[in-house]
Amino acid sequence: MLKTFKQGGIHPPENKLTCTKPIRSLPVPQTVYVPIAQHIGIPSEIVVELKQKVEVGQMIAQSGGYVSSSIHSPVAGTVTKLDKIIDSSGYKKQCIVIRSDAAEITDRAELPLKTEIELDAEAILNQINSCGIVGLGGATFPSFVKLHVDPKSKIDTLLINGVECEPYLTADHSLMLAKALEIKVGINILLKALHIQKAIIGIEANKQDAIQKFVEICKNDAHIQVAALQVKYPQGGEKQLIKALLNREVPKGGLPHQVGVIVHNVGTIFAIYEAVQHGKPLTDRVVTVTGKKVKDPGNFWVKIGTPIKDLIDAVGGMPEDTRKILNGGPMMGKALKNLDVPVTKGTSGIVLISDVEAERGPAMSCIKCARCISVCPMGLEPYLLMDLVEKNRPQIALENDVTTCIECGSCSYICPSHRPLLDYIRYGKDLVKKN
Amino acid sequence: MEHQNIIISASPHLHDASSTQKVMRDVIIALTPALLVGVYLFGVGTLIITATAIISCVLFEYLIQKYWLRKPLSINDYSAVVTGLLLAFNLPSNLPIWMVVVGSLVAIGVAKMSFGGLGFNIFNPALIGRVFLLISFPVQMTSWPLPIVNRMQYADAITGATSLGMVKEASLMGEPLSQISNQLTTQMDLFMGITGGSIGEMSALALLIGGLYLLIRKVITWHIPVVFLLTMFAMSGIFWWVDPQQYLNPVFHLLAGGAILGAFYMATDMVTSPMTPKGMMVFAFGIGVITVLIRLFGAYPEGVSFAILIMNAFVPLINTYTKPKRFGEPIRAKIL
Repeated sequence: MLKTFKQGGIHPPENKLTCTKPIRSLPVPQTVYVPIAQHIGIPSEIVVELKQKVEVGQMIAQSGGYVSSSIHSPVAGTVTKLDKIIDSSGYKKQCIVIRSDAAEITDRAELPLKTEIELDAEAILNQINSCGIVGLGGATFPSFVKLHVDPKSKIDTLLINGVECEPYLTADHSLMLAKALEIKVGINILLKALHIQKAIIGIEANKQDAIQKFVEICKNDAHIQVAALQVKYPQGGEKQLIKALLNREVPKGGLPHQVGVIVHNVGTIFAIYEAVQHGKPLTDRVVTVTGKKVKDPGNFWVKIGTPIKDLIDAVGGMPEDTRKILNGGPMMGKALKNLDVPVTKGTSGIVLISDVEAERGPAMSCIKCARCISVCPMGLEPYLLMDLVEKNRPQIALENDVTTCIECGSCSYICPSHRPLLDYIRYGKDLVKKN
Repeated sequence: MEHQNIIISASPHLHDASSTQKVMRDVIIALTPALLVGVYLFGVGTLIITATAIISCVLFEYLIQKYWLRKPLSINDYSAVVTGLLLAFNLPSNLPIWMVVVGSLVAIGVAKMSFGGLGFNIFNPALIGRVFLLISFPVQMTSWPLPIVNRMQYADAITGATSLGMVKEASLMGEPLSQISNQLTTQMDLFMGITGGSIGEMSALALLIGGLYLLIRKVITWHIPVVFLLTMFAMSGIFWWVDPQQYLNPVFHLLAGGAILGAFYMATDMVTSPMTPKGMMVFAFGIGVITVLIRLFGAYPEGVSFAILIMNAFVPLINTYTKPKRFGEPIRAKIL
């Protein structure tokens, strides 16, 4: 029996079309659009001026506070604009526009493997902070803050999230195959920084090649375990992963460090490796560009700030019947309308959904089938929460733990009456916040 | 650069392709074996009653929505078909057509549409229709055509009493069961369905096949049928163990009357049953206890319909006290 979390969960069709594709380098774009709010927390402060020349990796916006992150130039070039452009939220946000000087297309500069960790714990944390590393699994929480734990909280285990439970996406999968050794060094870096000796890599069983690879390279390292997990969404959620691997439940409204755990995504671990071992700031990431009708779907190294239309061009253009463009996976990603939206640190994939799948069925009355309850990984009653929010009763929704919803979307996915459960729950969370 | 055809909506962007129609269709498929047994046993009567019930249920729903509520039509969801089918399953095969129509009107009009339509009703519509008829027309509703011999008869079918009816009569007269035991249907015949009774409650075997289908298709879970039948078995078993002269054995209780039909198709009605497994078990336990109490000590020989309707009324209360365990919250004892 493979490990998994017990409460709730669904198994949508995996559609991992790009799981055997190696990571390609996307050509350096002529112009990059770098938003200053790419992470959870306070937006960064711009430290460059108009028409200023910048180098690759030069800091262009500095951390705006404790929970914030600095941003570095993905290309060598000139700052041409400090303007507002539409980002994946659909709103206009401040961003730095840089025109690249690069005369010719170059592949990503691959750095040599360096296993020896020279920096001490404090220097590691500083390096992670100054290189602008944020959680690359999608939440984009500044990694430095996550690692900067209260010494009293007694962390004993580092969990590495290689679950990638979203359908379609294979960014983490392809990275695990391409950079396993580097990720292993990254794990050791974090263990050193946290002064702990135990790490577990959790990978879902639909990525057997990645599991075997890590089992192989970690066979002489007793402190790093590799755990195969049953395929189930949303196992990549921090709380679900901790439950699956360690059978510990993060208390309601609490954080993983309260149960002695820190979780990092494999992509983040790789970025930490490059930052700590080579001093490379986070200026690019792996993005899966895919869709059932897409000609040549694949995984790409993409510079932060690249407009997603460049990504779509790289896979052979947008199929004719595309009805939805998703920034992220189909379960939690955001639908986009504008193709100029840039790739940010949190962009794990671009998924193009065609006619049939894109449209929602008409919402009908709730038939109390209770499927939403049985799939909710947080033990909530989505049907009830929607009803309460519809009737404008945020207080009762709060008493029914509406705020603990992780917005995985399992309830809306399973509802036979096509009810927009998660839409109302999100709205309810907003109402609760405002009151 | 914007595209005209592109739609945006909040996540999730996938759906598992299930629908209310598919759920209802599964229920109809599951009821088919029992319907075929009904046709085999009662022939034309079954066909007339079933067709009347289904057509009038769908028609009443259509008329009420279109001309009275003026709401968007929802007869496409097949729920009225299921109500009609279940109502027919609970009727004797020689009931006059107009009574079937009245029963359908009460089921759809009173029990379903007056609460707001599918999903809002508190009581199982088919059972409300059936109980209304039982109370209004007790003679017609308890004259049961004999099986097989009546295939070509409808109104002038030869009738007889059901086993549970005979037992009730005997117990009211104070006679021991041994006096009537040779008149009772054998348990094997009950299992196969060769006996008198409502159209759809006859064959435990056919109903179990359909029930299994519903379990496999995950339309229902095991909690309600298993707990309901186990409770009935245990409770009637205790009485039988104490005094086998006066009380029927528990296997007979399970096979006779509407226990299996109620357990798999009526009590499990999604709309009128609790939301969590814990709640379902409380609900099913209540139905089991009330059914046995009515069968043994009530005025009616059969109590499944009343038991389910009584427990339907408790569903909102049960839901309030049997919430799922929230993630990250310690398991604590709740009042049940």
